[in-house]
Amino acid sequence: MREIDVNEIIPIVKKLCIDANYYIGEDVLDKIKEFYEKEESATAKEVLSILLENYELAANEKMPSCQDTGVAVVFIELGQDVHLFGGDFYEAINEGVRQGYKDGYLRKSIVNDPIIDRVNTKDNTPALIYTDIVPGEKIKIIVAPKGGGSENMSEVKMMKAADGIEGVVDFVVDRVSRSGGNPCPPIVVGIGLGGNFEQSALLAKKALLRPLNESHPEEKWARIEEEILEKVNKLGIGPQGFGGRTTALGVSIMYKPCHIASMPVAVNIQCHAARHKSAVI
Amino acid sequence: MPQTIRLTTPFTDEDVSKLSIGDKVLITGTIYTGRDAAHKRLVELVEAGKDLPFDIKGQIIYYVGPAPAPPGKPIGSAGPTTSYRMDPYAPALMDVGLKGMIGKGPRNQKVIDSMKKNKAVYLAAIGGAAVVVAKSIKEAKVIAYDDLGTEAIRELKVEDFPCIVANDIYGNDIYKDGVEKYKVET
Ligand code: SF4
Repeated sequence: MREIDVNEIIPIVKKLCIDANYYIGEDVLDKIKEFYEKEESATAKEVLSILLENYELAANEKMPSCQDTGVAVVFIELGQDVHLFGGDFYEAINEGVRQGYKDGYLRKSIVNDPIIDRVNTKDNTPALIYTDIVPGEKIKIIVAPKGGGSENMSEVKMMKAADGIEGVVDFVVDRVSRSGGNPCPPIVVGIGLGGNFEQSALLAKKALLRPLNESHPEEKWARIEEEILEKVNKLGIGPQGFGGRTTALGVSIMYKPCHIASMPVAVNIQCHAARHKSAVI
Repeated sequence: MPQTIRLTTPFTDEDVSKLSIGDKVLITGTIYTGRDAAHKRLVELVEAGKDLPFDIKGQIIYYVGPAPAPPGKPIGSAGPTTSYRMDPYAPALMDVGLKGMIGKGPRNQKVIDSMKKNKAVYLAAIGGAAVVVAKSIKEAKVIAYDDLGTEAIRELKVEDFPCIVANDIYGNDIYKDGVEKYKVET
């Protein structure tokens, strides 16, 4: 068994929040460059080159690439042989978020109550924390700040088995079509299939953590990702909704077994600011 | 073919008549920020026949809620916010001289009609390109509605602020025409 003081977590979470907002992943930059080469619209090319310039500037200037620095979504893989001591683990994560958003000059975008009060909590907490218990004695922490513009274009639908894969593909493409320029395209489409109502949405979010240069490990699902990407990019929405061939940079599917009567489908739309950083303790 | 045009504020009829959807515009001069709450107050002043906190003739309003300014910088990351929330207020402001709006995402038909009538344009800043925009902002100061916090009206001095013409004075809309052009029927 390994002993870990929860206070060790605080600076790590703080750094992940800042780094995720300042430094976009190479996989996103590579995909934008790849689509830039294929893009036919001059305006779309202009937008893509501004995005590349922006990510370079953000890293050099140490500023968040987008002013919407999102809600801090935190995924924890906790080794079952770890014993945590020194305080409340989740409070330590929130303290890391608090310090990261303050010292990193990130925008605070959380309100205390979704409908009635809507008062800003002023420190971007609480974070949204999801924990999986895994074998071993390590802790993996992933911080994925998520902006509101793209999250608002997401949807869960309880479909029927009879809708088949065609039904799923049509639903996803239609969801992207209805989103238009709102989620700051080019987007990444995260899809969660199966599980239950609530698990499908979490799967869709987790699917967004996969690097953009990797496709699904199973050939049959990789082909469906390809098919959806092709259809989405035929919609013509293009970068920022100005028209063009680059509506999405990638499609990522995760699935789980489900009930004989169900076929939950969740689509989580991610803007080009596909930010996530991880650390292992 | 889209062109790149440099303009200084305030805009004149001649300036905006040169712009077509898809053109890149680099703005230099003074622009003003405003979001939902500030718009509501401005329109109330217009309706009451009172003076606005700044001379709106030929001016440009940028829809933005910036990140905090890091030490030594005039402003933090400052990309555009979604524009449709300002649609109910925009025509009244164009009627009293507003010449340009900067934001992201499509506008409704009333706003598009008002742009045509008043010879005003809607320019799209690039959503998520918040540092590119911040770099073009040289000074920022609150000039009205300090009580609104991030939503206060700020006067920004900008140099080569980059944006793309989304609606021109001829009634064209990049969000419709652009997408139609690249849509492939399946
Ligand atoms: S959708 Fe993404 S890129 Fe657009 S404003 Fe929100 S966080 Fe920024």
